Amino acid sequence: MKIVNLKVNGVGKTFIARPETTLLLALREQLGLTGAKRGCAQGACGSCTVLLDGDPVVSCLIPAMTVDGGDVATVEGLADGPVLSDVQQAFLDGFATQCGFCTPGMIMSAEALLDRNPSPTRDEVNEAISGNVCRCTGYEPIVSAILDAAERRRAGANL
Amino acid sequence: MPRVNPIDGDYFRDERKDGDFKVIGKTVQRSDALGHVTGRTEFFEDRTFPDLAHIKIHRSAHHHARIDAVDTSEAERVPGVLRVITHRDVPSNWYVVLRLIGIEPNDEPVLAEDRVLYKGEPVVAVVADSEAAAIEGAARVRVSYTELPAVLDVEEALAEGAPIIKQAGTNYFVYEGHHARRLRFGDVEQGFAQADHIFDWRYSSAPIEHAPTETTGCIVVPQSSGRLLIHSNTQAAFFTLDNTALILDRPFSDLQVKGGTVGGGFGGKVDVMVEPLACIAAALTNRPVKFVYSRAEEMQVSSPRAAERIYIKDGVMNDGRIVARKVMLYVDAGAYSRHSPYGTTKACAHLPGPYTIPNVYADCHCVYTNRTPSSAMRGFGVTIADFALESQMDRIARALGLDPLQFRLRNAYRDGDLKAHRKVAEGTALIEVIQRAAALVGHDLPEEYRALSSTTPRGEAA
Ligand code: FES
Ligand code: FES
Repeated sequence: MKIVNLKVNGVGKTFIARPETTLLLALREQLGLTGAKRGCAQGACGSCTVLLDGDPVVSCLIPAMTVDGGDVATVEGLADGPVLSDVQQAFLDGFATQCGFCTPGMIMSAEALLDRNPSPTRDEVNEAISGNVCRCTGYEPIVSAILDAAERRRAGANL
Repeated sequence: MPRVNPIDGDYFRDERKDGDFKVIGKTVQRSDALGHVTGRTEFFEDRTFPDLAHIKIHRSAHHHARIDAVDTSEAERVPGVLRVITHRDVPSNWYVVLRLIGIEPNDEPVLAEDRVLYKGEPVVAVVADSEAAAIEGAARVRVSYTELPAVLDVEEALAEGAPIIKQAGTNYFVYEGHHARRLRFGDVEQGFAQADHIFDWRYSSAPIEHAPTETTGCIVVPQSSGRLLIHSNTQAAFFTLDNTALILDRPFSDLQVKGGTVGGGFGGKVDVMVEPLACIAAALTNRPVKFVYSRAEEMQVSSPRAAERIYIKDGVMNDGRIVARKVMLYVDAGAYSRHSPYGTTKACAHLPGPYTIPNVYADCHCVYTNRTPSSAMRGFGVTIADFALESQMDRIARALGLDPLQFRLRNAYRDGDLKAHRKVAEGTALIEVIQRAAALVGHDLPEEYRALSSTTPRGEAA
C-alpha cells in the first residue's frame, strides 16, 4: 500500500493505493469522480480516458501507485460552473452523444488533441479518437463536433 | 451544428392538417445530453456503497454435458468469499422471460442443475468481499461432467436422429401444437406451376453481439424495510422486476428497480441475467451486491442476435410480377428460449416482405442448439429476414435483367391490398420511399413508375 498525492482537476488529493488499485478505480471509488467509465478494464475501449500530465491515458491500465505527484484532468473539471468547455458545448450542440457512456472519454481525447493541435484535419481527429469506442453514434457526429470545437476555440482565441 | 433534414411535406399532403407537426422537423435537445457531456449522468455503477460485495460466476466448460458433481469446498475457503450459491438457493429456478406474455414452458435454469446446454452457462455463483476474491472463488469451483453430443446447427438440430437436447422433447419451440410459426395464403404450388421463372436461394447469417460500451450489470441494496432496491442498466425495468420476483418467489412489491440509464443496449439488455442472482446474494448476505459482466462475459455469454438460415423460393413472371413465394426460415435460439419464440413470430409476421404476392407459404422455426442463447437485437426477426428478402429481390432483378427499383415498385404493396396474414394494408409508403430515394441518387425512373402511388388501388393505374 502506498499513500499517493496528486492533483486532480487542479486540486490536491491524497489517497491510499493498493497494488491492484488502478487510477480509474481510485478516481471512481475513492475520489468520487465517476465521469471516467469502465467499459472493459483492459485498455480496449477508451471510456476511462483521462489526461495524465496532459496526455490522454486509459486509466484502467494505470496502477494508481505510479501516479504519485501527477496531474490528472477528468471530464468533471472541464466546465466552469454552468459554462461548458468548447468541446463539451460542441458535443451538446452537435448531438454527439446518445447513451453517453463513451462521451467523457471521447471528450478527454478531444481536449488532448486540441491542446496540442488547434487546427486538426478530419483524419487527425479520427486518429485522436481511434482508441475510443462508441457503439451508438457511428462516430460521424463526434468527429464533426470535435472539428466544430476546434473552430470555436480558434475563433475565441482571435477575439 | 446538427444536421436537420427538413420534412418533405409534398407526400400525402392531403392526409395532414397544417400545424400537425409540432416537434418533427425541429431540433430538440436530448434531456440527458447535458449530463453526458459533463460526466454527471449517473449510470448504475457510478454509485458506491460501503460493504459492497461482488458476484462472479463459474460457467460451463462444455456445449452439452451432464453434471455429475459440483464441489464448492475449495471456493468457500478462499479468503473474502462470503457465500457460494447453487441452484438449490434459487427459490424458483426455472423461468422463461416471456412468460409475462404467456409463453411457455419455463425452459431455462438461473443456475444449472443436472446438465448444461451451452458453453458458458452459469453453474455456481460466488459472492465475495472483493471482485478479486469472487474471481478466485469462481475459478476454484470444481464441476465433473459427462460430455454429451452437441448440436450446433439449426438444420442438424431438426434432422432425423439428432440428439434431443431439450427437456420438453423437441429441438424446436412448439407454436400452438405446430413445429413452426406458419403462414399460408393462396396456393403456392399452383403459383410456381404458372410462373415463367423459379428462383430458389439460401441465405444465412452469423450471431451478432451488441457489444454495448457499458456491460450488463446491477447493484442490489437490501433496504431496512426488507425490500430489495435494484440499480440496474436493464432496458426492461418492469420485465426485470416481475421476472426477478417470480424467480425469488416473492411479491412484486418486495422489489424496486431504479434504471433507465443504459450505456448502450440495442436489445442486449432485455434478458434478466444479473438481477435474480444479485438479489439472492443480497438477501443471503444482507449486503449490497454488485453483479456486472466483465467485457469477456459480455462478448461470450450475453445473448447475441440469433443466427438465421433462410430459404426463399420465388415464382416470377416475365414482366417481373412475383406470383408465389415460399420461405423456410430457421432462427437459432441457442440453448434457451429467451426472446427468440417472439422474434421468430416477428420474422413470420414480416413475410413476404413489403410486397403483394398472391400465393405465400412460410414455416418459421425457432430452433434450439447448444450455442449461446440468442435474444433481442434491433428489429430481431425482421432484420435478417429483410437481408434475405432484399438480397433475393436484387438477385432476381439481376437474373431477369430488370431494374431492381422498378422490380420492387412493380410488386410493392399498396393501401387496400390484402396481406398474406389476412390484414388489409394501410399507411403503406414503399412506393414513395423508393421514388424519393431514386431521385436523391439520380436513378432515373420511367414516367409510369414515377406516377405510381401507394394510395392508388392496384389495377386502376400502371
Ligand atoms: S475501461 Fe479502460 S479502456 Fe476500456
Ligand atoms: S454514445 Fe453510446 S457508446 Fe457512444
